Amino acid sequence: MRWGWHLIRLWSLLVYGFMFLPVAVVVLLSFNASQFGSFPMTGFSFRWFVELWNNDAIMRAFRTSIVLGLMTALISTTLGVLASLALVRYKVPGANMISTLLIAPILVPEVVLAVALLLFLNFLGLHKSFALLLFGHVIFTLPFVILVVQARLVSIRRDVEEAAMSLGASPVQTFFQITLPLMMPAVLAGALFAFTISFDDITGTLFWKPGGVETVPTQIFAMLRNSISPEINALGTVMIVMTVGLPLIGAAIARQLARKSGT
Amino acid sequence: MSVEAREARQPWILLAPAISAVTLLLLVPLIFIVVYSFWLRTATGADQVGFYLDNWREALTDRFYRDILFSTLRIAAITTIVCALMGYPAAYFIARSRGNKVLLLLLLMLPFWISYIIRTMSWINILGVSGALNTLLMSVGIITEPLNMLYNETTVILGLVHFLLPFMVLNVFVSLDGIDTNLEDAANSLGATKWQSFIQVTLPLSLPGLAAGGLLCFVLGAGTYITPLVLGGPRDAMFANLVFEAIITQLNWPLGSALSLMLLVVLGALVMIYNRYLGMAQLMKGLG
Repeated sequence: MRWGWHLIRLWSLLVYGFMFLPVAVVVLLSFNASQFGSFPMTGFSFRWFVELWNNDAIMRAFRTSIVLGLMTALISTTLGVLASLALVRYKVPGANMISTLLIAPILVPEVVLAVALLLFLNFLGLHKSFALLLFGHVIFTLPFVILVVQARLVSIRRDVEEAAMSLGASPVQTFFQITLPLMMPAVLAGALFAFTISFDDITGTLFWKPGGVETVPTQIFAMLRNSISPEINALGTVMIVMTVGLPLIGAAIARQLARKSGT
Repeated sequence: MSVEAREARQPWILLAPAISAVTLLLLVPLIFIVVYSFWLRTATGADQVGFYLDNWREALTDRFYRDILFSTLRIAAITTIVCALMGYPAAYFIARSRGNKVLLLLLLMLPFWISYIIRTMSWINILGVSGALNTLLMSVGIITEPLNMLYNETTVILGLVHFLLPFMVLNVFVSLDGIDTNLEDAANSLGATKWQSFIQVTLPLSLPGLAAGGLLCFVLGAGTYITPLVLGGPRDAMFANLVFEAIITQLNWPLGSALSLMLLVVLGALVMIYNRYLGMAQLMKGLG
């Protein structure tokens, strides 16, 4: 039976390779000196990153994506943390139904959610705009925030709060001085999740974005219509560094905070 | 107001913003497109309010839509099966590994965090006419002309598998990791071979995770339109592409509503069946 385990290990290695190969190729090609975004590699160069920096359309898309992501994270996390608190800390009648309702946005295919939101808000007079884009991203990221925050909230012990209250702290004081600091890792994780999902979204964004406004993914999508320029690969490398680096930094911060607060 | 009443009201105050957001931005819009799908888009571009069955007749009887619906379901099914075949052994490897399980899992989940559009696009770098594979094959001398490997149904499935595999691995892992290994040991000590104990003990116990992963792969795969646009040819449109066409290109919003509802009903039915037999808890375990 040893060979069976070896077979599984070999298979898993291939699966890892399959997952990483495309990513590796993007990073490799982004440093290609050749003027076409393809093989063979002709040398090592940073020129595509410089071109990226000088490309107004891409830089504008970057700013849009970051502003949108930050606003989405702020709103989504606020709504999500409040709701998670209610679901974890209180006995709410119909809690199961409410949970299902709150995670419904991920149970509905994103295309359908995108269409419904676009047509309904348009009917109310809110046409394609940044606001529509923001509403869409909030509703789409909210379930993820709730799932992540709820999972972490469960592990915070209630007796610390009760101790504070019994020592004379008001509920509001208790929340800001005890509960919130303890919750900080969960809040940060939720916000980071919301930001990353918003930053990466294209399915809904293509429906909601007004003409002329591009986020990074829709900008890449538009550029793909021509051919793959090495600029896209460079942009891909930047995105990979951002989307992989940010959660890693976030996880490190969360761990630090968790260690300090002793949970 | 009494303390009890205030205590009872508090959670609702906390829940109110999230519940109203989901109601106003998801539930009401969904009900709205049900109504909207019975309106008519006239030649002038204005909507004719009323109760017309034309959109539904077109969506349900036109062979074009039916064929694409079936091919979408077929592509999603193949994607799910490939994900299961690739993902199950990998998840088993991680769950039973003596090394750092969390690290192994995180490593496999890493591409999951990388931009979907970048990951989809990256296959062009590999399979394109001047991509890595053609360059390699030509430099070795196996072929003299670059092969056309891109823009067909296989590359669409390839892109989808790459996108969805982490969902499968994560769900199967959660399920396998929760199984008491003593059960397998007990089976072995009672005379079962390793293979028998896997088939009769471990596999059945991990089926909920496999089902959860499968559901996610199928539903997410069947609802995509970006992958066929980037990696498919003109004839590889999936059902969500029809929705996109109707809404964004043709601006026929009532028809687009009917088509999106069709997709919602088909995929929603699957989620319902899943929920009926296995419950949502398993799915949430994998997501949380």
